[in-house]
Amino acid sequence: MSLDKATVAKIAHLARIKVPDSDLEQLAGELNTIMHWVEMLGEVDTQNVEPMTSVVAANLRRRPDAVTDGGYPEKVVANATDATENFFSVPKVVE
Amino acid sequence: MAKTMAYRIAGETGEWEVVIGLEVHAQVVSNAKLFSGAATAFGAAPNSQVSFVDAGFPGMLPVINEVCVEQAVRTGLGLKAQINLRSVFDRKNYFYADLPSGYQISQFQQPIVGHGTIVLDLADGSTREVGITRLHLEMDAGKSLHDQNPTKTYIDLNRSGVALMEIVSEPDMRTPEEAAAYLRKLRTILRYLGTCDGNMEEGSMRCDINVSVRKPGEKYGTRTETKNVNSIRYVQQAIEYEAHRQVQVIEDGGVVVQETRLWDPNKGETRSMRSKEEAHDYRYFPDPDLLPLELDAAWVEDIKRTLPELPDEKKARFMADYKLPVYDAGVLVAERSRADFYEEVARGRDPKMAANFVIGDLLGALNKTGADIDSSPISAAALGGLIDLIADNTISGRIAKEVFADMLETGKPAAQIVEEKGLRQVTDTGAIDQAIAAVMAANADKVAEFRSGKDKLFGFFVGQVMKATQGKANPALVNEILTAKLKG
Repeated sequence: MSLDKATVAKIAHLARIKVPDSDLEQLAGELNTIMHWVEMLGEVDTQNVEPMTSVVAANLRRRPDAVTDGGYPEKVVANATDATENFFSVPKVVE
Repeated sequence: MAKTMAYRIAGETGEWEVVIGLEVHAQVVSNAKLFSGAATAFGAAPNSQVSFVDAGFPGMLPVINEVCVEQAVRTGLGLKAQINLRSVFDRKNYFYADLPSGYQISQFQQPIVGHGTIVLDLADGSTREVGITRLHLEMDAGKSLHDQNPTKTYIDLNRSGVALMEIVSEPDMRTPEEAAAYLRKLRTILRYLGTCDGNMEEGSMRCDINVSVRKPGEKYGTRTETKNVNSIRYVQQAIEYEAHRQVQVIEDGGVVVQETRLWDPNKGETRSMRSKEEAHDYRYFPDPDLLPLELDAAWVEDIKRTLPELPDEKKARFMADYKLPVYDAGVLVAERSRADFYEEVARGRDPKMAANFVIGDLLGALNKTGADIDSSPISAAALGGLIDLIADNTISGRIAKEVFADMLETGKPAAQIVEEKGLRQVTDTGAIDQAIAAVMAANADKVAEFRSGKDKLFGFFVGQVMKATQGKANPALVNEILTAKLKG
């Protein structure tokens, strides 16, 4: 697998990272190097091996259906760049 | 038995078939959210039901609500679907102002529920099966308010993190009516199960519509997905609009673009939602904060044992045990509380008469005031009391309608109304004899006509006698005595 400039530009856009066109070539090279390195894992035969999801035997922990949190809107919006009456306020996004 | 009503769109190049699949987002009934302990109640003050998990604050970890899992399993069982004992949560990545963490926790390749079936009840009494592809659990996003400020959008995260079940159908529907029947039936099942309140106005049930068109018998065409459709009527309208639009595009030499569209209820049209397009590359990957969800088969069996009787089974039972016609049974089982009400009325009474009063009189009256059966001014026991008065000949069916109207207004028991208004049916043959004699004396000419062969006048005499007795004479007795007297 090999990344071209256009793919790198698309990934950057999807991740909302601003990358100047002049940097795309170099970034593609770096990402390709990383991917080739990771692809070494493909040498291991994992045909009949279940994906490992935890290093210890554990089950997904569950919570009871009880209201134990919330009720602090001012803390929720405390770090907002713009807040109005406990709403987050953002530039208009509507079609 | 599945009568297919051929619904076709007439184009210039021939007829087109419409292919419809629906994705329903049903809000799970639970106290707390899917991955946090914040409340889920509708209509709270902005951001007052938000934990730091729901607000996507750094370092906060999701912990799954066991009741939400149970509700999803219960729904899967109610849809006769396969329950996957192992499912996986994934991150669906996109940027939007109402999604603070930049990803939605959802299930992609391994959903909690697999294939199932819904039986549609169509208007002509026929049924049709629609496949369920899957049901998965996911968290809802926050709510955007666009109309509060001319340049700003306000974000309320109270809905962020509330559990949703996304229920995806197979592309098995062919008409807007079938899509409507699917939504109604799904809503009925969810309400029976108590897993979603099905309230489309409050957004607890939302629908995305996949529509494509094709010449009958050909392979599927390219589909579009229409979002933001919040009533069953709009779903039908959006399908019709979108199908006609696609036929027009193809016949004009164009191609249908696979895209997300938005339903505009004011203009009655769908339009392209361009901003969603580039966001469609969701880059799903397993959420590293959550282990796979593993269910115990015995726990699933326990849930199965607590399922209520579902609408299809109830309908079949009503038809078999109460000998009700398919229409009556369908109307009665559409809401669980309605079916329960009916059964209480019908207990120990004539089931068809009970159905007629519940459907024809009570539901009709409730419809006018917009009330549902839970807030009926006439209880099941009271309605049963009215039917008992007909059964024991205290009043006639005709007088019963009058008593019913009075009960609706005053809330008094039927027997009391009958006593107070003196509506008790006259079964005293002496009194009826007298009334008949008086009517015959006053209409001697008509009696003569009748006796010379004008049989049709019988109805006239019955009417006169009933009038003379203020409708209280027992009709069967009147008929009997009148026949004897007129024949002289």
